[in-house]
Amino acid sequence: MSAQHQAGTDRADGTSVPVSLRVNGTTHAVVVDPRMTLLDCLREVLHLTGTKKGCDHGQCGACTVHIDGRRANSCLALAAVQDGREITTIEGLGSPGKLHPMQAAFLEHDAYQCGYCTSGQIMSAVALLSEPCGPSDDDVREFMSGNICRCGAYPNIVAAIQRVRRSQGPGGKS
Amino acid sequence: MKVFALERAADRAAAIAAAAASTTAQQGASVRFLAGGTTLIDLMKLGVELPERIVDITRLDLGGIEEQADGGVSIGASVTNSDLAHNVLVRQRYAALSEAILAGASTQLRNVASLAGNLLQRTRCVYFRNTATPCNKREPGSGCPAITGANRMMAILGTSDACIASNPSDMAVAMLAYDATVHVEGASKSRSIALNDFFLLPQARPDLENVLEPGDLITHVTMPARPAAERSVYLKLRDRVSYEFALVSTAAAVVLSDGRMASVRFALGGVGTRPWRVPGAEQTLIGQAPTEQNFRRAADLALAGARPQSQNGFKVELAKRCVVETLKRATR
Repeated sequence: MSAQHQAGTDRADGTSVPVSLRVNGTTHAVVVDPRMTLLDCLREVLHLTGTKKGCDHGQCGACTVHIDGRRANSCLALAAVQDGREITTIEGLGSPGKLHPMQAAFLEHDAYQCGYCTSGQIMSAVALLSEPCGPSDDDVREFMSGNICRCGAYPNIVAAIQRVRRSQGPGGKS
Repeated sequence: MKVFALERAADRAAAIAAAAASTTAQQGASVRFLAGGTTLIDLMKLGVELPERIVDITRLDLGGIEEQADGGVSIGASVTNSDLAHNVLVRQRYAALSEAILAGASTQLRNVASLAGNLLQRTRCVYFRNTATPCNKREPGSGCPAITGANRMMAILGTSDACIASNPSDMAVAMLAYDATVHVEGASKSRSIALNDFFLLPQARPDLENVLEPGDLITHVTMPARPAAERSVYLKLRDRVSYEFALVSTAAAVVLSDGRMASVRFALGGVGTRPWRVPGAEQTLIGQAPTEQNFRRAADLALAGARPQSQNGFKVELAKRCVVETLKRATR
C-alpha cells in the first residue's frame, strides 16, 4: 500500500524535502520541512494521533514509537531522514477488535488514569518483551524509566507488563 | 527551530568537506553532523544550537564492534549506546563501560544515541540550556549565572571563573578509566587522540569543549586489551534511582595479585567539567592491600583540588565515598 501526502509542511524556507516513510506497513510519500520531527509528521501529516507529544525533548517518553523494531523517542528524530526505516506506532500494534496482548493487559490492570502517556508506555512495554530485561518488578521499573506517568499509574503499569511476560512463559515470546 | 539545509553525506569525504566549511567545530558551529540526534535536535529546539547545515551521517559505514589482534576493541562511531552496552565482548572485558552506559538515559535514547554523540554530548547546566540567561559556554563573555545561582548539580573539579558546568556523560567516564583513544578523520589529516587529551578544561573559553576542528569526523574509538584478572565496576549516585544524571559516579578497574593491588585505575563523573581522572591517586594504591583506609587516602587525593560552590559542597564527601565504595566492589 502507498499513499500521497503533501499537507502540513512549512515551506517558508523553500527547502522542503520529499521522503518515503514506511509506517505500520504502509509506504507514504510525504514532503516535509527538514525541521519536522517524526512525531509531528506522524500526527500532523499522516494523522496518526495515537503517538502523543509530551515534553518534546526526549524526557517523558509519550512519543515512543518503534524504528526498525527498537523503541525510540519520535520527538528527537527528524522525519526527513527516516526513509527506509520501518516505523511502528500504537495504531500498528492492534485494533479495537483485536488488541495486542499488551493493550489488553493495560485495560485489564487499569494501567492508566488520564491516558496521555499510555500509548508511549505500551510501545515501550512491547519493545521490552524482546529486550534483555530481568524478571523482577524492579527490572521492569528500570527498563520503563524513560516513560513518565504524571498520574502515577506505575504499579498497575508494572503489573500489566508482568502479566504479559508471565503469559509468554520463561524466556520466551508468545 | 531555526531553518537549516539538510543533506545526506554520500561518503566520509563528503561529510568532512561539508563540515570543514564551518568556522568552528565547537559552540556556534554552522555545520553539524546528525547521528542519533538526541543532543543536537534537543538543543536546536531550545535555540542553543543554531546550525545552518545539517549533514546526515547515519548512512555512512561507521558501525561495528570488533576485537583487535592485540585483544583490544574497536567501536564504530555510530554504534548505538544500546548495542555497545549489550555487546558480549564489552560486557565480559569492559564491564564498567556496559554498566555506565546502562546507568545513563533511557532505553529509547540509548537505542539511537551514538558512541561519538555520547562523547560530544553537552552539559545539562540549566543556564546553558536557557537562552534567556547569560552563559559563557553559549555566548563567551556574557557571564555565568550558575556561580551565584542554582549550582547543586554543577562541577567541583576543573572549574574556572567563567564556567562550572559538569560533563554529563557516564560512558566517557568508563572509557577514560580504560584509556580509550578517539580516532578522527579530518579535512587535512587523520589523527588518534587519547581520550584524556580529547576534552578541554573551560578556563576562559568554556565554549571550547574538545580538540575537534572544523571537518573532523570521529570514525571510531579503541580501548586497549584488559588483563584477564581485572575486575571493573561503575557506580552512579543520583537523586532518582533511574533516568537521572549523576551527582557523582566512579568507574574503577583493579587487578589484585596475592592480596595486593597490581593495577588500579578509576575515573569520576558528575563532579568534573570533563570526565575526571587523577593518576597520582591511583598510583598510591599500587602494591597496597585493598583496605578502606587505603581507598580513602586515594579518594582524598583525587578530590584534593575540589572547589565546591554554594550548593554542591556535599559532592566532595559524596565523591570520596563513591570512590571508596566502587574500589571495594572492584576488589571484593
